[in-house]
Amino acid sequence: MSLLADPRWGEALAHLPDYLGNHVRVSLAALALGLAVSLPLAILTRNRPAPRAILLAIASIVQTVPGLALLALFYPLLLLAASVTLAWFGVSFSAFGFLPAMLALALYSMLPVLRNGITGLNGIDPALIEAAKGVGMTARQSLLMVELPLALPVMMAGIRTAAVWVIGTATLSTPIGQTSLGNYIFAGLQTQNWVFVLFGCFASALLALAVDQLLGLIEAGLRHRSHARSALGAAGIAALVAATLVPSMGRSSQGYVVGAKTFAEQYVLSALLRDRLQTAGLSATARSGLGSSVIFQALKAGDIDLYVDYSGTLWANQLHRTDIKPRAELVAELKTALAKDNITLLGELGFENAYALVMPKKRAEALGIRTIADLAAHAASLSIAGDYEFFSRPEWAALQKAYGLTFRAQRQMQPDFMYAAVASGEVDVIAGYTSDGLIAKYDLVALEDPRHAIPPYDAILLLAPKRAGDERLQAALEPLLGKIDIATMREANLRASGNDANSSPDAVARWLWEKVGGR
Amino acid sequence: MPSKLAISYHLVTKSFGPLRAVDDVSLDIAEGEFVAIVGGSGSGKTTLLRLANRLIEADRGAITIEGHEVQSVDPVALRRRIGYVFQAGGLFPHLSVADNIGITPRLLGTPTADIATRVDELLELVQLDRDAHRDRLPEALSGGQRQRVGVARALAARPRIVLMDEPFGALDPLTRDALGDDYRSLHRKLGLTTVMITHDMTEAILLADRIAVMRGGKLLAQGTPAELSKSEDAYVLELLRTPRRQVERLNALLPTSGAA
Repeated sequence: MSLLADPRWGEALAHLPDYLGNHVRVSLAALALGLAVSLPLAILTRNRPAPRAILLAIASIVQTVPGLALLALFYPLLLLAASVTLAWFGVSFSAFGFLPAMLALALYSMLPVLRNGITGLNGIDPALIEAAKGVGMTARQSLLMVELPLALPVMMAGIRTAAVWVIGTATLSTPIGQTSLGNYIFAGLQTQNWVFVLFGCFASALLALAVDQLLGLIEAGLRHRSHARSALGAAGIAALVAATLVPSMGRSSQGYVVGAKTFAEQYVLSALLRDRLQTAGLSATARSGLGSSVIFQALKAGDIDLYVDYSGTLWANQLHRTDIKPRAELVAELKTALAKDNITLLGELGFENAYALVMPKKRAEALGIRTIADLAAHAASLSIAGDYEFFSRPEWAALQKAYGLTFRAQRQMQPDFMYAAVASGEVDVIAGYTSDGLIAKYDLVALEDPRHAIPPYDAILLLAPKRAGDERLQAALEPLLGKIDIATMREANLRASGNDANSSPDAVARWLWEKVGGR
Repeated sequence: MPSKLAISYHLVTKSFGPLRAVDDVSLDIAEGEFVAIVGGSGSGKTTLLRLANRLIEADRGAITIEGHEVQSVDPVALRRRIGYVFQAGGLFPHLSVADNIGITPRLLGTPTADIATRVDELLELVQLDRDAHRDRLPEALSGGQRQRVGVARALAARPRIVLMDEPFGALDPLTRDALGDDYRSLHRKLGLTTVMITHDMTEAILLADRIAVMRGGKLLAQGTPAELSKSEDAYVLELLRTPRRQVERLNALLPTSGAA
C-alpha cells in the first residue's frame, strides 16, 4: 500500500479542525497575554538599567526551562491556586488544559518580546527623543508618537520570534490536557503511527511558517513604511485566526471526557470506553496523552470524567504506601481510600500491567525456570535489562531483597527494544510489562512472583467525583469489568504497535470489543 | 535697542557632575534681535540654549522668557511656544515632511485642515516645492532641504522666539550660505527673536546682530561685531581674527572678479 493511500491520512485530516483550532487559540491567547505583560515592562524599564537587567535575567532563566517541564509545572501551581480561591472566595477554576498551557506559553514568549522591545526602544537616536521634547511633546506623546513607532520594526521581529516559539512549544501542551497539534505527535509516537507523527510535525511547522511569514510581511511593511504590506500581513493573520475560530462556534458541550495517559494501551482503552459510552447514547470524547501525574488530579478536579489507572501506581503515588498486598485486597483498600475523595473505583478490567521478569519461553523451560525463585539460582550467570527507571524503582529493590537476586550484568534499554534483545539472546532476562503485546509476539514468558515482591498493577476504572451516582454511565461501563484478560490485552497492544491502518487505537478498540463484548 | 526683553539669563549656572557647563552667565536678548552664541565644543553654548526652553534645568540663577520666569511655566507649554531648530534637522524619520512640519500645531490641537493650510504656507516660506515635498519622508530629502523643513517645523506654531542649535553646521558651503541668508530674511520679515549657536565666527558675523562668545562655561564677551573687536580678551580677538585672515588669504589667492 502506498504511503499516500494510507487511510490514516484521512483520519488525521478529520481531527485537523479541532486540533488546529485549539492550537491556534491557545497560541494566540498566550502570545496576546505575553505581549500585554512584556511590552509595558519593556517600556517601563527602558531607562532603568537595574530592573531591566533583572527582568531580562528572569526571562532568560524561564527560557532555559524545557518547554515540557514549564508546562507541567503550571498544572500543580494552578491546582494550588484553584484550591486557595475556592477556600477564600468560594470560586474555583479549571487548572487543566487551556489555562496552564496559556500561562506557560505566555511566559515562554516573554524573552524575545522583552529583549527586542528594550533593544528597539534603546536603539532610538537620542537626538530624536530630544527633538520630540523640543517640539513640545509630553513624555507620553514622545513614547506614542516617536519612540514606539521607531522601535516597532525591531519589536515586531521579537514578536515574530515569540510567535514561532509559542506555536512550536504549544505542541507540548497535550500532556496537560490542552488539545493541540501535539495530539498527533504524542498519539503517533506512542502507537507507532508515523502517519500521525508526520502529520502533526508538518501541520505545526506549516502553521509556524505561515505565521512567521505573515508577521514578517507586517515587519517589512513597518520597516519600509509601506502600509500596503503591513495591511496584507495583518489581513492574513486575521484570516488565519478567523478560519480556526469559526469551526469552534456552536460546538456542543463535550459530554463525558475519557482520559488516557501517554502509552498505547491507554489510547486503546480510552477509545474503547468512549465507544461504549457513545453506544449507550452518551456523548463522549477521549482526551489522550495526559501526563501520568496530571491525569489523576484532572479526574479529582472533574476535568475528565473517567480513565483507567493501575492499582499499584495509585497505591504508591496517591496513598504513599510501600507495603504489598494481594491483588484483591489492595484494590479493596484502594477503593475505600479513593471513596474519601469521592472518586469511584468502579472495578477491575481483568488484566494487570505490572513489571515482570520476562525471558524466552524455550530458554526458561530448558533451564527449568518457572518462577523468580527458580531464576535466582541461575541469576549469577545471566544478564538483565530494564527500562531507564526500573533499577531505581522500589520494585527492583523488593525483588532483590525477596529473592536474593544478583545478575552477572544489568543494562538499561529503551522499552521498545528490550523484547527484541531478550528474544535474540542479547540479554537473558528483561524487566518487561505484563500486558505488553511483544511478550506474545516473541514467545516470551513472564515469570511468577510467588513471594509477591512486585505489587499488583490491576487495570482499574476510575470515575470522577461528579459522576459518583451516574447510573447510566456505570451501566454503560459494566460490560467491560473483569472481561479483559491479560492474553487479550497483550494481543490488543501488539495490534496497536503495528504500523498500518488496523493499528490505530480506534481500530484496535473495535477489535477488542468484538473479542470481549460477547463474554 | 528695543526695550522689551525676549530672553534674559541672570547669573545662571548649570553643572553636570563636577563639570560647570554654564558658569554664572548673564545675557539679555531683546525682542527682534538675532543673537549668535559662539564657542568651541564644550564651551557650554548648547547647554545655555537648552536652558531657555527647559530641555535642561538650571541649578542656579533666573531665566525669563518674555518677562515670565521659566520655572513658573509648564515646560511642555513653554516648548510649544518657542521654535527650536535642531542640528541636522532632527526630523522624525517615520513622519512625512508635512507631518513633521505640522507636529507642534497638532500637539496644540489645531484642526487638521488648518494644519494642512499652514504646512503649505510654511513650505512656500522656506522655498520648498509643495507638491514635490509635502508627502516625502525625510530620508528622501537632501541635507539642505531637511534643514529647510526643520526651520518650517520650528515656525509652524507661529512662535515669536526661535532657538537654533548649529542649524547649518553640517551643510555644504553653498547651501549653508543660501539657507543662512534665507533664514535671516525670514527673521526680519516675521519679526522673530532668534538665538543661534554656532562654532563658526564667520557665520555669526554674517547673520547675527549681536554675538556672545562662550568658553569653559563663561560668557567672555557680548556685543555687535564692531564692539567685540574692541574686546581685550585674547580668545575673543583670536576668534575674530580668523575670518579676517581667511578673507585676506582668499583675496590673495583668488583674482577679484571685475577688478582692474
